[in-house]
Amino acid sequence: MKLGNAQVEQKIVFFFLFLSTLIILIPVILVLIVIISRGSSVLNWAFLTAMPRMGMRSGGIFPTIVGTFYLVAGTLVFALPIGIFSAIYLSEYSKRNLLTRIIELAIVNLAGVPSVVYGLFGLGLFVVFLKFGASILAGSLTLAVMVLPVIITASREALQSVPRSFREVSYSLGATKWQTIRYAVLPHALPGILTGTILSVSRAAGETAPILFTVAAFYLPRLPQSIFDQAMALPYHLYVLSTQVPNVRLELQYGTALVLVGLIVIANLVAVIIRSYFRAKKQW
Amino acid sequence: MADAKIKVKALNFYYGKFQALKNVKLEIPEREITAIIGPSGCGKSTLLRCFNRMNDLVSGVRIEGEVVVDGEDIYCPSVDLVHLRKKVGMVFQRPNPFPLSIFDNIAYGPSIHHFASRKQFPEIVERSLKAVGLWNDLKDRLRDLALTLSGEQQQRLCIARLLAVEADILLMDEPCSALDPIATERIEELMRELRKKYTIVIVTHNMQQAARVSSRAAYFYLGELIEYGSTQRLFTRPLRRETEDYITGRFG
Repeated sequence: MKLGNAQVEQKIVFFFLFLSTLIILIPVILVLIVIISRGSSVLNWAFLTAMPRMGMRSGGIFPTIVGTFYLVAGTLVFALPIGIFSAIYLSEYSKRNLLTRIIELAIVNLAGVPSVVYGLFGLGLFVVFLKFGASILAGSLTLAVMVLPVIITASREALQSVPRSFREVSYSLGATKWQTIRYAVLPHALPGILTGTILSVSRAAGETAPILFTVAAFYLPRLPQSIFDQAMALPYHLYVLSTQVPNVRLELQYGTALVLVGLIVIANLVAVIIRSYFRAKKQW
Repeated sequence: MADAKIKVKALNFYYGKFQALKNVKLEIPEREITAIIGPSGCGKSTLLRCFNRMNDLVSGVRIEGEVVVDGEDIYCPSVDLVHLRKKVGMVFQRPNPFPLSIFDNIAYGPSIHHFASRKQFPEIVERSLKAVGLWNDLKDRLRDLALTLSGEQQQRLCIARLLAVEADILLMDEPCSALDPIATERIEELMRELRKKYTIVIVTHNMQQAARVSSRAAYFYLGELIEYGSTQRLFTRPLRRETEDYITGRFG
């Protein structure tokens, strides 16, 4: 009968493990159902490509999509090279010493800083001190600072998952350290780096707090003309529609949310596809 | 041995406080196969990795003495590591092609050393693959991933990769330990073929292999060179009791 008890116990444990997994899914599914059912009615080509009208109570959300794309591109321009370079330094060059430890600790802690703190930091440094004003430049830099720790961590992991033997062979063929990194390590770490980067940047694209003081405009009648212009952005626009503008149709708010979530889902899908494509090719 | 390709003079090697090689003196002749045998942990791989300074990659190692390759002390500070490692190639225990095509694996060396233009790569690839007996099997699938090859073919490819950078000393660190007996035999045959042009130093656990392929053999135990001489003599009339115990399988 002892065995019977063990079986029952096992079933109970399995049930709770399964239940926990199910509970994770519930909010995701509910969010999607609510957003899609209420928002899809406004979703059409005009909604995506037209300017807002009548105090944003009708018309499209084109400038907010454009603004978000500008911000994502700007974030990538700043965060990707710095992130990859410092990951290479930390993973391949740095010695294990106090300085490295401190840098690592800083990276871990930076990843945990609340996004509103980044927003205020960006306001202080980029907007006020460096006099970029509220602009795409300041917003991109703020988001870049926010995603850097995540990109560095993901890139380091990708670099360190490249087998030691690749490095050994490369050195044994007479390659220098940099040649080894460039030709024997980096190409094989790139898929992991890209995946991590896309995931972190798509996360940043949905953030409101960091852009609140650094770039986001309540309403702009025209598209931004340079990186020193303010821009409208999807997450902030959603916040504005939901709390700052009276008498906005519910469908418009949910439609905006749907576009935001949709874009992030697409970005994440791309990351997943890259990962699985390279995982299938990878044979070590 | 006046014409020794590699001369080891009073070599001491330390991993931190642990001394892995003790006052090793050894001369390795040109265009012959020299086997280094001994039980695990006797320092034979460490010695092999002294010849192309791969031990430099390990932190906390210290080396005393001299290793002279082609008349030049390779631990002299002015030595060009790139040049040394081109000349002294290494084959590892596990076949380790890059996850690239067969062609790109062989072109890796020539492209980092820029000693040939890209136009010459097909010729280099062909020559290298022919030298290791892979050309006929692989000439129509040079763009295939090297990892799709069998273990034996991969190991041959790794040897071809060294020939492409014009190595003339081949260090082999248990090159057959991941291969089956038939593949092992064929690699040994290749080694005998390569001996005509290259100096080969092989570390092996497998005494039959040492007896089959090498003309000289060195027996190491706990970091010391116990005995060194012609393979035939060492295996039939060992001078030292320790050597005899090991080769007759009484220990190790």
